[in-house]
Formats: sequence, C-alpha cells, structure tokens
Amino acid sequence: MSARIRRVAGSLVEVAPLRAALYELALVGHAQMLGEVIRQRGELATLQVYEDTTGLSVGEPVETLGTALTAQLGPGLLGSVLDGVGRPLERVAAATGDFIGPGARADTLDPAARWRFAALRAEGESVAPGDILGTVEEKPGMLHRVLVPPGVSGAIASLASGDYSVADSIGSLADGTPLRLSHRWPVRVPRPVAERLGSSQPFVTGQRVFDLFFPVAEGGSAIVPGGFGTGKTIIEQSLAKFADADVVVYVGCGERGNEMTDVLTEFPALVDPRTGKPVMDRAVLIVNTSNMPVAAREASIYLGVTVAEYFRDQGQRVALMVDSTSRWAEALREMAARLQEMPGEEGYPTYLANRLGQFFERAGRVRTLGAPAREGAVTIIGAISPPGGDFSEPVTQAALRVCGSMWALDASLAHQRHFPAVDWESSFSLYADQVAAWFTEHGGADWTPLRRELVALLQRERELRDIASLVGPDALEDRDHLVIEAAALVREVVLRQNAYLPNDALCSPKKTHALARATLEVFHQGEATLASGKPFASIDLVPARRALMALRDGGEP
Amino acid sequence: MTATMERVHRGAAAAGGPLLFLERTRRVALGEWVIVRMAGQADRRGQVIDAGEQATVVQLLDETVGLAPDRAEITLTGEIATTVVGRELLGRAFDGHGASVDGLPSPIGEGVRPINGAAINPVRRARPQDFIETGISAIDAMNTLVRGQKLPVFSGPGLPGLELAARIVEWSRAPRGEPFAVVFAAVGITARESREFVERIRASGAMSRTVLYLNEAAHPAVERLLAPRLALTCAEFLAFDCGVHVLVVIADMTHYCEALREIATAREEIPGRRGYPGTMYTDLASIYERAGIVRGRPGSITQIPILTMPDDDMTHPIPDLTGYITEGQIVLSRELHRRAISPPIDVLPSLSRLMGGGIGKGRTRAEHREWSDQLYATYARGRETRTMAAIVGASGLPPADQRALAFAETFEQKFIGQPGGRRTLDETFEAGWSLLETLPRDDLLRIRDETWQARASKKGAP
Repeated sequence: MSARIRRVAGSLVEVAPLRAALYELALVGHAQMLGEVIRQRGELATLQVYEDTTGLSVGEPVETLGTALTAQLGPGLLGSVLDGVGRPLERVAAATGDFIGPGARADTLDPAARWRFAALRAEGESVAPGDILGTVEEKPGMLHRVLVPPGVSGAIASLASGDYSVADSIGSLADGTPLRLSHRWPVRVPRPVAERLGSSQPFVTGQRVFDLFFPVAEGGSAIVPGGFGTGKTIIEQSLAKFADADVVVYVGCGERGNEMTDVLTEFPALVDPRTGKPVMDRAVLIVNTSNMPVAAREASIYLGVTVAEYFRDQGQRVALMVDSTSRWAEALREMAARLQEMPGEEGYPTYLANRLGQFFERAGRVRTLGAPAREGAVTIIGAISPPGGDFSEPVTQAALRVCGSMWALDASLAHQRHFPAVDWESSFSLYADQVAAWFTEHGGADWTPLRRELVALLQRERELRDIASLVGPDALEDRDHLVIEAAALVREVVLRQNAYLPNDALCSPKKTHALARATLEVFHQGEATLASGKPFASIDLVPARRALMALRDGGEP
Repeated sequence: MTATMERVHRGAAAAGGPLLFLERTRRVALGEWVIVRMAGQADRRGQVIDAGEQATVVQLLDETVGLAPDRAEITLTGEIATTVVGRELLGRAFDGHGASVDGLPSPIGEGVRPINGAAINPVRRARPQDFIETGISAIDAMNTLVRGQKLPVFSGPGLPGLELAARIVEWSRAPRGEPFAVVFAAVGITARESREFVERIRASGAMSRTVLYLNEAAHPAVERLLAPRLALTCAEFLAFDCGVHVLVVIADMTHYCEALREIATAREEIPGRRGYPGTMYTDLASIYERAGIVRGRPGSITQIPILTMPDDDMTHPIPDLTGYITEGQIVLSRELHRRAISPPIDVLPSLSRLMGGGIGKGRTRAEHREWSDQLYATYARGRETRTMAAIVGASGLPPADQRALAFAETFEQKFIGQPGGRRTLDETFEAGWSLLETLPRDDLLRIRDETWQARASKKGAP
C-alpha cells in the first residue's frame, strides 16, 4: 500500500503508511508540494508542508525523497533572492507567475549558468575537507573559492580549469568521487570547522551608537528587540548596506512584502563605499514574507545561516541579518500547537530557548577546515518583535541569554523621531572590552575614556530630568542645565543618525570619534565658562550646535 | 486543485458552536466548501478547516440554531471557496457570503477566483511610491499615503475611525486621473455605521465605482472571516486584471479578530495572548499583505483597515500584530476628539513607513521631509512641555519651551483640525509654513538654510 494523506490541518499533513527519517523531505499531493517529516509514530508520519495546503485532499499520494532539506552551495549565490527553502523567486515567478502557486521546483543555483574555474590543485595531490580546489570569479572582483566538501578526502585523479556549470564534474578523486563547483549541505546541521576562535576584531556597523556604545565583535551576535515602528528593519537594512562585511545574508522572515521590494530596489543601485561595487553583489537575500507559508518561514533562518557558514568557510567575514527572529519562533509555536505538544510559556514550545541558542551559536569566528589556513566569521544580528513592545516575553528573554549585545529599541525615542531608537540605558554589549583596542587604534586614542564620559553624561542627564520633572527646572543649578543641554547635543549629534542622508547613513570609527570628541569639547568649554563665574544664561549653544550638525552631516574627516 | 466529485453524508458526528464534526469522510480537502441541509431550514454553508480520514472539522458560516447534527445532510462540494469577480460588480452590494443584497440578480462576472488568494511573489512587487492626496493635512504632510500601501486607522470605542475612512474615500485625488474604485468590507459593524458610510459614498457620487460587502453586527460572526477575503479577491481582479487603482476599506478588524478567536476556542486550540490564537499574526498577514502593486500590471491595491483598540490600548494584540504587518498606522486621539478637533489624528504615534518613497521633489515638494520633520519635532517638544507645564506651571519654563507649547496648541487647532474641509497639498504646505514662521529661525534646526532662504524669497516674490 502506498503512502497517502490521512489528514490535512493547516501546514501539517499526516501520512500513512510511511516510515521515514526525521526531517526527510517529501513531495506531497498531486501538486508535489515540498514537505518535511517532523514526527514519526509507527506507520504514521507527520509532515510540515512548505506551501499553501488549501485544496490539498485526503487520499493524495506522498513520496519521500530520501534526503533532508539541504542548501545548494556554490557560485551564483551572490545577488540571488531565494525563498525560505532555497528556491530562487525569479524562477518561481517564471513557473507560477506573479502570484506564488503550488509545486514550483527550482534549484537554488542556475543550472544553465557557466562559470570559469581556475584550478589551484593538481592531479596526484591529496586533498582534505575544506581545501580550496580553485576559484571562480563570481562577481567582478569577488572570488568564490571552490571547496572540498566536508566528509570528502583523497587523492585527486583529475582536476581541470575550464568553463563549467554547477552540475558539471570538474574532476574526480582516486576513489571515483566526482568534484563539482557546488555541493549540498543539510541546513539544520552546523558546518564543521577546525577551531572556534575568540575575536578582538569588531563588526564595524557604521552606526555610531553601536560602534561607540554597544559594539559587537566579529563572529558575535546581537539582538535588536523593539515594538513596531521602532525601526528594527531600518537598522537591519542599514547594517546590510553599510556594515563592514565581505558577504551579507539577509533573511526577511515573516515580514512585509513591500519592505522586501525596497531592499530589492535599493540594493542593486547602492554602492558599497568600501569596494565601490553594488551592495547586491555581496548579498544573498532570503525572503519569506508574512503571507508565505509558515513552515518555510521556520526553515528560512537555517538556510540563511548555512549559506553564511559556507562563505565563512571560504575565509570571508559574513554578516547574517534575521528580520525577524520572532516570526521564526511563532512558526515554531504554530507547528508545536498543531502537533498538540504540551506548551511552555505563552504557548511557545519548551524547546524554544534551546533551538534559539543552537541557532545563535552558529555565529562565530573560526579557523576553517582545509588548506590554505584561513579564518572566517559569521556575525548574527537578529531583530526581535516582542508583542506589545514588552521585553519580558519568552523570545526576547531566551535570545538575551545567548547573544552578546542587546540593542533595545524604545518606542518613546521612536516617537521623538530619534533614530536609531536605541535606549542607551537598557542596551548592553559584552564585547566592549574585547574590541576596545581595535577602536583605540582605528577610531582615536581616547576612544574608551570618551565612551565612559559620554555614558556618564547621559546618566547624569537622566537623573537631572527626573529631578526636574518632580520639582521643576528652577531647582536645577547652572551646571545641571549645562549637563542637560550637553546631553541633548550628544543625543542629537552622536546617537542620532539619519539613514536617509548620504553623508550620515554610514559613519566611520574616525568620524564617530571626531563627533563624540567635538561634542564633549562643547561641554568642557561650557564648564570652563561656568568655572570662571559666568552664569549658564551667558552660554549660547546654538552656534556650537550648528557647527556640530554641519560636522555630522558633512563628509568623512 | 481537488478533482474530487461532490459527496453526500447523512448525519454528522457532532456539532458545537460554529463547528460541525464529520467522521469517516472520503477524500476531503482542506478549505473544501460544504453545504449543510436540514428539512424546513435554509441551507447552511461551511468550509473544511481540518481535513481527516477519521475526523473532519467544518466551520459553519451561518447560525447553527436548530441544527441537529444526526439529521443533517452534508454535501462536500469538491470545490474550495470561490467568488465571482468582474467589473459589473462595481456599484453593487453583497453580504459577507457574496450573495447579492441590493435586489439585483447575482452577477455573472468575468471569472471565479478562490477567495484565499495567493501571495504576490516578492520579486514581482513594484515599489509603492505614488502619492495619494487625501486632503487631510495630518496625513498628506506627516503620514503620507501612497498607492499600494496598507495603512490602518487605529481608532478607539466612540472615536470616528470609519468617519475618517469615509473622508479619505470622498477626498482622495488620484494623481493622474487614472481609473479608481473603492471596495468596502463591513465586518461586524452596526447597521447604522454601515449605512452612514454607504450614504456618504453615495452622496459623493462614487457609488458607481464602489463594491460593498456587508457583514453587519447582526450577521453571522463566522462570516466575518470571509467578508474581507471576498472584498480583496474582488479588488485583486479590478486592480491586477483591469488596471484599476483600488482603495479597500475594511471596518472593523477588531470584530474580525474576535471571530477568529471564537473559532479557535471552539476548536480547543491553545490560546495565545488574551485568548487570541497563536496563528493570528499569520492570519492577519494573509489579509493585509494583499495590498500592493505588481510589476508590469497597471493597477494597485491600497488598504485602509480600521480597527478599534480595546480600551485605547495600542499594545492590545489586535493593534499590536496589525502594526507589525502594516506599513504604519494612523492613530486617533480621544483627547483631540474631546476637544472637537477633527479629524482627531495624533501624529506622534502615527507613522507612514512608505512616506519616504512618495514625497520630495517631483512628487510633492522638495522640502517635504525636513519641513515635516520640523513640524513633528516642534510639536513633540510642545507636547512634552505640556506635561511638564502641568506639573510646574508654564511660567517657569525656558522661553524655547514656552514657544513650543504655544505652537503645539495652534498646530492642533489650525493644522490637524480642518473645520474648513478638504485642503489641497499647497494649502497644507502653506498652513504648515505659516505656523513654523511664527518661530525664530534658531528653533527650526531641522530646516536647512537653503530651504529657509528659498521659502523666504518665494514669499517675498509677488
């Protein structure tokens, strides 16, 4: 008796008789929709389906594929736009039109594209996993290193430079194993590395408030929790555009369709200021909007991190943006509820924290497998959308335990149009000391003392404001007024950054340092004036404020 | 999709609330349309929401009073829910099932479409950037609406959310006089609200380019889940097949979410926040995401859903999840409404995420961004000062704060409030500038010098 559908409930399908491996892929129904086995009991298998199951009927056939969900990794990834299970959306559109239909099948990498491969290894040499076989110039100036896949080793029987498609054999090992430009890797399994390393190198975001106050190390992770309208997406996009990384993997997980259109319109037109090349040339976009199937949303972040690890293994510094981690967690919750698992907090499954931890741990700076020896890094920046902007909810809390930086976004700052709306009181970074030396070298010699003084100034301001709101501003002394005005300057000039102004959207550590220093200078001059006995009213801060804003909106120093 | 033929079952195993449970159904499909017949009663319609060989759950769209499960005759139609679409629907009124309620025969239409729609492939979307002049300053100036956007109105009990939507429908001017239509889905609102809205459309002469789907408070609750989908299916045909720019107004999404909760509870699902199902985000997205523009097709769908924030609480799951999906929100203020400022839009928590693409040189005005930022900043400062002034008195405040305080008052009365009716974009800009010009230059640091001088010389010119 062949496997047939016994029940369809949302994206969940029960199939019998079927004995499959967990996470094995299957083609479901006459439309051959892609699904994945998530539970097996006797002859009854439960599958999550990555496509819209409306119209799917009891009795339709199911066929397993004998493999788990894998990412196809090779040249052609850069610049591509994939759905949550790795199908290029352009080719899905070619198959099913402007609206996404069921059963579209398309490989991640274009089978027709031909790549010029330059071999670096020769016949007779023995190779091990991670060894670089040769290179392909994937985009102008962007070398894609073709790796010996994990688990493969032996002596090279043949290997030749030439023009190949990703499916072609470029050579073989002595045991007959063919070598190709691409290979597959199961998305739920972290790719192996030689050694995990610590990092004293920061992930330079180009955003003052992060680099100066709440830095993240390269290979570290940060979360960006914030209610709606607090600017999570703008931050993720600004980082994707301007952060100092070789490759950016951007996962739009359960978010807005029009937002992805923005990314797709902007990225090809934007030039990476460091390399002078289009931002799209270093990007891989994975898009599963909120109205696309939930199960694929769950898979999308694993696809994202697997692609990121693949570029890391080539020796690149990769940034992985996930917008939003909460939508992934909700997809997990939806599946768990349909499986009638016992719920944990707020209906989330009890393994939420575990899964989240395992995901964030795939960030890291590593010495990769293979020769020549090289290092690579994956830095993860995950947006979180807490319900009602309340950070006590399970996803934020679980993520807090595993991330190294938290950039807490605050609705009241957003309402003041203070962007990035990072609340400097509740945000933190565990990396600040680790990367201080780098910033001292590349930003300015007094980077750390400057940072401390600014933090102190902002703290003092908060205290004074609290006092003033109780007893009125009359109760404040002249020095207190100066502190309040100077802190306002810090907020305006240093912390705020306009993502829409070309000169301000990206700020180098040098410029960050110069602005911070100039702003504190104004404060110190004010202090000197007060010390000479003059009243606060005699200090006119308007010219200083204008000068600082001109500095902020001007070019790099 | 499903090629199965019609099958008839005699008797259901159980019924409860809006749900009917069938046993041993053959080849039932998810979403399949079901007809339930009982002697001496009107036919009831339903949809399969859990399809199983052993047990199948049907969600009924009609009242279940008098339904005896063991005596019902249940027909599985072999079809998923569809509706008739076509240009001839313009000017017509239907109920939440899509049945004609205006006394005219059912339309033949130009096609039949599944009401759940399909997701627009993100790479086929075009970027929404065509400014819609609504004639409302708080929107045009500071929360600009563009074609293809979904911009909800966050109203509160007793606040004029639907009234604002009616005004937008009456006053909106499409940029180049292109074909324009309105699709209205009433979801659980009172007959009075629904009638008033329809009357205003009629009075404005727009009825001939409007389609109505009316599920009022007295109508079956489960039908509320259908009405917005019918409206959007109709809108998608008009927009993407006929090249019409469609404005879809849905009122009230709060009732929609309550119907969703009712079904989830009846199915004994694990409740999420405040008893709403954990799948509500995804469900709401399947409605809101049906706004947009498709590359290479001339029309567009712009959505203005209206929702009532229970107890004016913006963190309630309904506005909260909505805000996470939509491209901004227009928030109404009880305080402004109490002070008879109309429309009572609170611009501080309001937001249009797509504003950036729709404004600026060649679209509205070159200075739009900084001018609007300045209005916002000064007003925000005034509002903050107002709180402070309430505690310590206005006289103790620094002069700049006092100016901001006075500005906030005038801004609410003269800029937000529009007793004189519709304002053109020029009038809105003039109103904003004349307020800003009451302040010294040093209070207006968001305005660049070039802009300031350009304004001065323009004013100086005859």
